[in-house]
Amino acid sequence: MKFGVVVFPGSNCDHDAWYALGEVLHQPVEFLWHQSEKVNGFDAILLPGGFSYGDYLRTGAIARFSPVMRAVEQFARGGGLVLGICNGFQILCEAGLLPGVLQRNAGMRFVCRQVHVRVETTDTPFTSAAKSGQVLQMPIAHGDGNYFCDEATLAELERHHQIVFRYTTPDGREDAAANPNGSLANIAGICNRERNVMGLMPHPERAVEAALGSADGLVILRSLIESLKRRAAVSA
Amino acid sequence: MLETEIKVTPELAAEHGLTAEEYARIQKILGREPNFTELGIFSVMWSEHCSYKSSKVHLRRLPTRGPQVLQGPGENAGVVDIGDGLAAAFKMESHNHPSYVEPFQGAATGVGGILRDIFTMGARPIAVLDSLRFGPISSGASGAKALLNPSDEMSRLKPRPTTPSDFSTGTSATSSSATSGSTHSASFVGRGFSRDISAAQQSAALAPGGVDEETIARNRRILDGVVRGIAHYGNCFGVPTVGGEVQFEPGYSANPLVNVLALGIAKKEDLFFAKARGVGNPVIYVGAKTGRDGIHGASLLASAEFTEESQQKRPNVQVGDPFMEKLLLEACLEAMHTGAIVAIQDMGAAGLTSTSCEMASRGGLGIEIELARVPQREPSMTAYEMMLSESQERMLLVAERGREKEVLKVFAKWGLDAVEIGRVTPDGLLRVLHRAKIVAEIPAHALAEEGPVYQRPLAPPAPVAQERLVEFGAAGANLTENFRALLAAPAIASKRWIWEQYDYMVRTNTLEPPGAGDAAVVRIKGTKRALALASDGNGRWCRLDPFIGAQLAVAEAARNVACSGAKPMAATNCLNFGSPEKPEVMWQFSRAIDGIAEACTALEIPITGGNVSFYNETLGRSIDPTPVLGVLGMIEDASRGLGMAFRAEDDYVLLLDGDTKDWLVLTLGSLGELKMYIPVDRSTDAPSMKREFSSSEYARTIRGIESGAPPTVNLAAEKRLIALLVALASDGKVQSAHDVSDGGLAVTLAESCFASNGLSLRAALTSKEPDEAALFGERGARAIVSVTPENLAAVRRIAAQYEVAVVEVGRVSRGEFRIELNGQTVVSAEVPSLADAWSGALERLLSANDLRKAE
Repeated sequence: MKFGVVVFPGSNCDHDAWYALGEVLHQPVEFLWHQSEKVNGFDAILLPGGFSYGDYLRTGAIARFSPVMRAVEQFARGGGLVLGICNGFQILCEAGLLPGVLQRNAGMRFVCRQVHVRVETTDTPFTSAAKSGQVLQMPIAHGDGNYFCDEATLAELERHHQIVFRYTTPDGREDAAANPNGSLANIAGICNRERNVMGLMPHPERAVEAALGSADGLVILRSLIESLKRRAAVSA
Repeated sequence: MLETEIKVTPELAAEHGLTAEEYARIQKILGREPNFTELGIFSVMWSEHCSYKSSKVHLRRLPTRGPQVLQGPGENAGVVDIGDGLAAAFKMESHNHPSYVEPFQGAATGVGGILRDIFTMGARPIAVLDSLRFGPISSGASGAKALLNPSDEMSRLKPRPTTPSDFSTGTSATSSSATSGSTHSASFVGRGFSRDISAAQQSAALAPGGVDEETIARNRRILDGVVRGIAHYGNCFGVPTVGGEVQFEPGYSANPLVNVLALGIAKKEDLFFAKARGVGNPVIYVGAKTGRDGIHGASLLASAEFTEESQQKRPNVQVGDPFMEKLLLEACLEAMHTGAIVAIQDMGAAGLTSTSCEMASRGGLGIEIELARVPQREPSMTAYEMMLSESQERMLLVAERGREKEVLKVFAKWGLDAVEIGRVTPDGLLRVLHRAKIVAEIPAHALAEEGPVYQRPLAPPAPVAQERLVEFGAAGANLTENFRALLAAPAIASKRWIWEQYDYMVRTNTLEPPGAGDAAVVRIKGTKRALALASDGNGRWCRLDPFIGAQLAVAEAARNVACSGAKPMAATNCLNFGSPEKPEVMWQFSRAIDGIAEACTALEIPITGGNVSFYNETLGRSIDPTPVLGVLGMIEDASRGLGMAFRAEDDYVLLLDGDTKDWLVLTLGSLGELKMYIPVDRSTDAPSMKREFSSSEYARTIRGIESGAPPTVNLAAEKRLIALLVALASDGKVQSAHDVSDGGLAVTLAESCFASNGLSLRAALTSKEPDEAALFGERGARAIVSVTPENLAAVRRIAAQYEVAVVEVGRVSRGEFRIELNGQTVVSAEVPSLADAWSGALERLLSANDLRKAE
């Protein structure tokens, strides 16, 4: 089992993701340069946070055209597990692997703080180890995390239980005050219909040690690891 | 033959900011007339900003040595040994004038510049702090106008001796706000400069307190632009902005201060220096293309005071690209690891000029470059423009002949320009060619090191004729509303609105985020250790007494670091002053240096580098002298770091006071004998106590008074307290620590409640001092700690060993926050109501107003 952390020019949470998977969770993990055209040999791909290509034009808009993204798209269509965090989530939306877009925060400012999200479904490889309705504390750090999509898409997301996380109060109540960026329906993270691609704005890789404020992100990364093990067992 | 397109005359030299003497010196060095390009080169290298010509003679008095110091002043950054084979590179720099002319880009490029200073040493930046100074962002010294209304105040504070003048600022503040128009919706950038200046001047005249609405609106926009600029650059680059401090004083309305401190880590053997070696080695230009931006940034922006015309200098402000800098960082660190790089220096102030002549000079060699090979953003740039451009995100390096390909390959991988533009020569000359024609030929060492050095005249400013001092209120009065107003004053209020715009967590090392402790704490991955950083400086105190004020800046920064459990190990500084051509400014500077030198020597904190920023004045009005100190400390066991938050109900809250003289011995039955030190009783000297309190934040915010003298400083007391705090933390004997500073004991106690999760405090104090002095006095060498009942005796015992007094303040509780003083309840309120006044103040001031119209 091997994790790949994609490095775009301008990625700046790549080391953090590598550290969380490799040093904290002791998983085999390698960096994947944005120009690599293959992702063979990797079991899960992680698109880290940062400002890929400077996020000029629009967040994730340029990264979406990089050689590695073509490979990641094939990987995803083949059922491979892809996790996009922050800028990674933005890239997945731009690439069309996830529906909707991430707009400028409602407050028009970059926001860095600890937030709480409620697990809306445990039926994903990224939340299988969580309890349904469990509230996780993780940090956000973004200027463009305001999720939006049209009504039809939202209905689709609801119908197929693709909304994975919603911003809530610490005790799990969903209200405007708990929404840090104006996201539609307090959406913090979603997955695709096939449930093998997930994107979220909060940073699970920054929440893997209590000393840094929270270890709740482990729930997500451990779910991912367990899911890969199950897959390996099945194919074996 | 030398190119001479424009005839150089003494007048032209004067326009370049060179004096007749300096021009004569140039002729002597060259043995001929300089050409236009050479004149430009000399003018930037000999500018105040680059040559330190007015400060050099004074800076020599700073202590710079210590066993932990690997690199003192003179390199791109200071470096200290932090064990485990690692080194920490850190330095502070100012970007004041650019941030006033163009707040967003000015602040952004300030961050970019100091980050390059760090990674050019081979160190990866892991933290940034910002020390910011702005003019007032609210009418009235405090944000609470009601308090400044006499009748209102009377009804609250009974009985309270008052003089009519006591309220003058308050009433002027109220009236000015009453006449507030919508004028501030006009952008200061677009509008004529002189008007802004006059408004700013007026505000300074009204100091403290009442400031006209137009100035307030502009100050808010400058603050907003600076904060967004810092966030834009640091967040995108991927370095956490973990702390700093902000102050608001009328004197900064026309001249805000943006000081940025950056810290980086490297393996000792991977450190790089900017010293050219090896005749024939290739000189390689890397990074962004050279454009016409920032020409004369250092000489014209940073080395001259402001006038009405300064607005026309906006083109002199550089434009930053954090994405490019991030690529440059990764490429440089990767290229350095090839081992093919001999020397490297970033192109900051004076761009290509300073990097080439300084690297050559340090190596005792020469450098020859061909400008035609320099990557250019626009065609037909002249030699003069290319040599003086301050385009950002550029580096110059010297590689090993024969291995240049290894270096070029790395930069190609990161999509960056990397071009061989010259070579190291034996002749000690900086030789600049443009299309194979020599356009400049100057002895590198003379240019870099033999610039003018001035022993400028010093003269103490005229003493304040009739200073108005605070009249203390009667004992036992309820001070709750004054306390609430103090908590809401911009200087005291929570800075969350600012630091939430910074990514303070990226790189996952931030153990103590902004607002959690007195210092920012970042762990060093792969070791047990953590580093703590704090920056401090108080312009008001330095104006009243630059010597004491500077000592207090050192003491508070060191105390803050110690409160996090770290042992202070080294310091950097950023010295912001007015025009060095004014004897009273140079006197302030000289006194401040003496104060820093004495304090750093006493506390054993060597200065490893820093930056001097002169000419911080507009239309002849100088800012308050503002030396800012950044102190670096180390926590041996990161898990023993301390925050300011109270941790558990019923914990004891103790005031540790290093300012002690004598002691007594208590016999406590089973516990045996206990030696107890006694704090020095300041109430015996009423006049000096009154003068000291008149310079406090309370005096300014509540009484509209800024006079008297800074608190007397006792360095021995500070040293005792610092040693004790470090010992208590490393033994795990205390739950929290928070130093007593702005706003005094009452504010310190409240902040420890706010930082906790829902905890409060019941305090019972006795004091011979007047109530307001006891609660809000800002004397140093003090900190509060919270202690579990089990550890109480041990803490008292350890404190006695360090000859520090322990005063029991009260117990951590829930519910009402109450302070009793000499048996009377002087402050009582629910924590949430106080917390809201404190945490929401900046947001209410800044989110409400129409900042966006500023763009």
